[in-house]
Amino acid sequence: MSTRIFGSGIRRREDPRLITGSATYTDDLTLPRMAHAAMLRSPHAHARITSIDTGKAAAAPGVVAVYTHADTEGLAPAPCAWLLPESDLKIADYHCLAKDVARFAGDIVAVVVAESRYQAEDALELIDVGYEPLPAVTDPEAAAAEGAPKLHDAIDGNQAFHWKVAGGDVDAAFAGADVVVKDRIIQQRLIPNAMEPRAALANYVAATGELTVWNTTQNPHIVRFLSSLVLGISEDKIRVIAPEVGGGFGSKIAAYPADFLTMFCSRKLGRPVKWTETRSENYQSTTHGRDHVQHVELAAKNDGTLLGLRCTVHAGMGAYLSTAAPGIPTILHGLMLSGVYNLPAVHEDVYGVYTNGVPVEAYRGAGRPEATFMLERMMDVLAAKLDMDPADVRRKNLIPKFDDGHDVVTTLTYDSGDYPGALDKVLAHADYAGLRARQKAGPVNGTYTGLGLATYVEICGLGPSQVAGAIGFQGGLWESAIVRFHPSGKVHVFIGASPHGQGEETTFAQIVGSELGVDPQDVKVFHGDTDNTPMGWGTYGSRTTAVGGAALALTARKIRDKAKVIAAHLLEAAVEDMDYEDGKFFVKGAPDQSKTIGDIALMANVAWNMPEGVEAGLEASTFYDPPNFTFPFGAHLAVVEVDGETGTVTLKRYVALDDCGPQINPVIVEGQVHGGVVQGVGQALWEEAVYDEGGQLVTGSMLDYALPRADLLPDIEVLSTVTPSPHHPLGVKGIGEAGTIASTAAVYNAVMDALRPLGVTSVRMPLTPQRVWQAIQDAKQSAAPPTAP
Amino acid sequence: MTVPVSITVNGQRYDREVEPRLLLVHFLREVVGSTGTKVGCDTSQCGACTVLLDGVSLKSCTALAVQADGAEVTTIEGLADGDALHPLQDAFWEKHGLQCGFCTPGMIMASHELLRVTPDPSDAQIRHGLEGNMCRCTGYQNIVRAVRQAAGTTAGQR
Repeated sequence: MSTRIFGSGIRRREDPRLITGSATYTDDLTLPRMAHAAMLRSPHAHARITSIDTGKAAAAPGVVAVYTHADTEGLAPAPCAWLLPESDLKIADYHCLAKDVARFAGDIVAVVVAESRYQAEDALELIDVGYEPLPAVTDPEAAAAEGAPKLHDAIDGNQAFHWKVAGGDVDAAFAGADVVVKDRIIQQRLIPNAMEPRAALANYVAATGELTVWNTTQNPHIVRFLSSLVLGISEDKIRVIAPEVGGGFGSKIAAYPADFLTMFCSRKLGRPVKWTETRSENYQSTTHGRDHVQHVELAAKNDGTLLGLRCTVHAGMGAYLSTAAPGIPTILHGLMLSGVYNLPAVHEDVYGVYTNGVPVEAYRGAGRPEATFMLERMMDVLAAKLDMDPADVRRKNLIPKFDDGHDVVTTLTYDSGDYPGALDKVLAHADYAGLRARQKAGPVNGTYTGLGLATYVEICGLGPSQVAGAIGFQGGLWESAIVRFHPSGKVHVFIGASPHGQGEETTFAQIVGSELGVDPQDVKVFHGDTDNTPMGWGTYGSRTTAVGGAALALTARKIRDKAKVIAAHLLEAAVEDMDYEDGKFFVKGAPDQSKTIGDIALMANVAWNMPEGVEAGLEASTFYDPPNFTFPFGAHLAVVEVDGETGTVTLKRYVALDDCGPQINPVIVEGQVHGGVVQGVGQALWEEAVYDEGGQLVTGSMLDYALPRADLLPDIEVLSTVTPSPHHPLGVKGIGEAGTIASTAAVYNAVMDALRPLGVTSVRMPLTPQRVWQAIQDAKQSAAPPTAP
Repeated sequence: MTVPVSITVNGQRYDREVEPRLLLVHFLREVVGSTGTKVGCDTSQCGACTVLLDGVSLKSCTALAVQADGAEVTTIEGLADGDALHPLQDAFWEKHGLQCGFCTPGMIMASHELLRVTPDPSDAQIRHGLEGNMCRCTGYQNIVRAVRQAAGTTAGQR
């Protein structure tokens, strides 16, 4: 039975409520006497606030209250919770309501609470704010340059931090290189676009001093902790509930000013207050992703052997440091610089820079796509320079297969991997040789074919708590689980992680099912409520199954051990003579006389006949702190066609091989890969958060920000290999971000490969037809003989 | 100022006084309390609010409640026949056509329209037919599979 449950693509347990409209998301909730909040946001990217007149708004129909910064005494700034060590980190106060100066278009200036949302939004227009506009800067490199507009008085050069990673002798590597290739790469700013906008519903009850908050969050326990700090209410009196949450992709990690303000209003007014952002508000205030300007150099020998990588990154952080922001372009980026290769020397300087934009946070992949892209792009540039096939350059440098630990130059120890196996399987599946042969025949009707590879490894399963402390993460990174058997044999599971679409109500039921021989349909998983789940650190970094799943498996094994003792007692046998298989406990050699886990659950709960010294009940818990991170890996191949006349790129095929270790539910794994790949394709081809020179968000709505649509995509061909993690009880590694980490580089490399015959070597992402067409024209111009003046 | 409307939602008639500016989606969610229909954007791009108005699909954020006066609205809550799921609901479940579920009500209602107009669509027709509905989780592939499966049934007629 166990083998059939683990690894089976059973239908998801969460779906019946989702497909019938019965699920409850935060904005679906209504409480008696509930009022509605709306935020007045700065229309300027940078402006001094000279006056605020809220009189007319306060007198408008239905308005209950209007608050500005002056009214929020006792409300602390939104905390930054990743205090990056040895980086000269400078944290500017992120006030919930702007104090004197607004620093991005979207910074909150006032909050209105009214009887209805329409009334609250009407009243926003009646608030009269005097602004004195200041010069703004949104490009991270420009913001770090001398003479740039200064965002925070006490912070010189807009520098939030300067972090370095170094390993090996990079100067010697470059001095001894046959060939050095360079590029300037722009990892454009992206908008995460979880389909559910963010929302908070706060209910403060003065009589008890208790605050309950329903919030669209990936980590309710962290929100509770940070809310306690900001509002000054002790943690035990705050209950945070993440009900159904409609996607996050990193944008629901942070605890936001608008959330704290909603709680503040409820406490101040003594009634429930709900706030839900509009999509345009989401674009101008919910965290963005990426935003790197990278200068990178790769040193190699003439035969393609890698020698060293050197880079400087300016990472735009936005106007303030969001909750986990400093760790994203540093720890999660710089430590992955050597990727899947034997790369003996690296050096990277990362400058975190304040800019007049929305704060930048984790976004699916979070630092790792930016590292993978940098390295994988340079591998193709090197291949072109040496006139080698990109697959051959990779194969020459891949770390050979290893099962239990491989140290890399950035000080990490990868757990296990078979990178050559992954690459070979993808090339064989796609008939890479055949594709290359057809490509060599030249363009067909002006359409150029390109092939793009990306081989990658990512760091997941965050992570050992001791390491979390050493890298300045202001919390632990363990996970927890409680398993409770009811007398009927049905099971309740309580976890500290907080899935929001990934399907762990199903995969975690499968873990329990396979460990204890119960039907997954009889296992209900509770999550997302700080009052009835054990502490946990949340769902991000592909860590829920990699860490929380381990906690659950170990808990189930504790249950099994206890059940075995009870079974031995009931069968009048010695514990050491007992065997277990598929949910049945029996005396070795006598499987016909057995007790099922259901029998044991009943006996343990009534406790009529327990072994001496064994407690009643069948329940266990585990706090699991992983000994190392996990390192999923894979190889992706994109095949594109580029129309040489129009610059239009069409993604023709996409092959994704991802190795996340043993798959608990392959259908869910495949779904994660589909979604992840498409998000990465979006970055390569369509998506960009564009600010104009004044700091206005030009892509301010879904009309202007180009999300992937169904009609723009081919079916993705999903492959896998299985390389278990040696240190995880189930061997699993995590799959949530894999697709996004590889696919941007694969698609970009494919387009550049297609454009090589036309002399184009670099185009800024996203690769829109206009940009590609312009690059083709520019290449033609520079190739043409000079004309007479 | 309010005006009277009479709108039937999933077979139940609601006679209410509403502001003329009230969007149909807010009538459904806040007046009727039928929260299965979602709001995912403010520019009619995402399709999360798709419902059927007299049997034809509509993004309910693009219509005022007063424009639906006298009409019959079907939302995701009205699609199943008692305990029996609609074939599209069953297909989305079977084919893993959803993850976070937020786009799903609108996606299913838009798929209903697609199959009403094109009972046996090709994959390309499905992708084209759903290009007005955004999903950030699935990459659309399993949604296409789900619609293809449902197309073998009478999904568009029910």
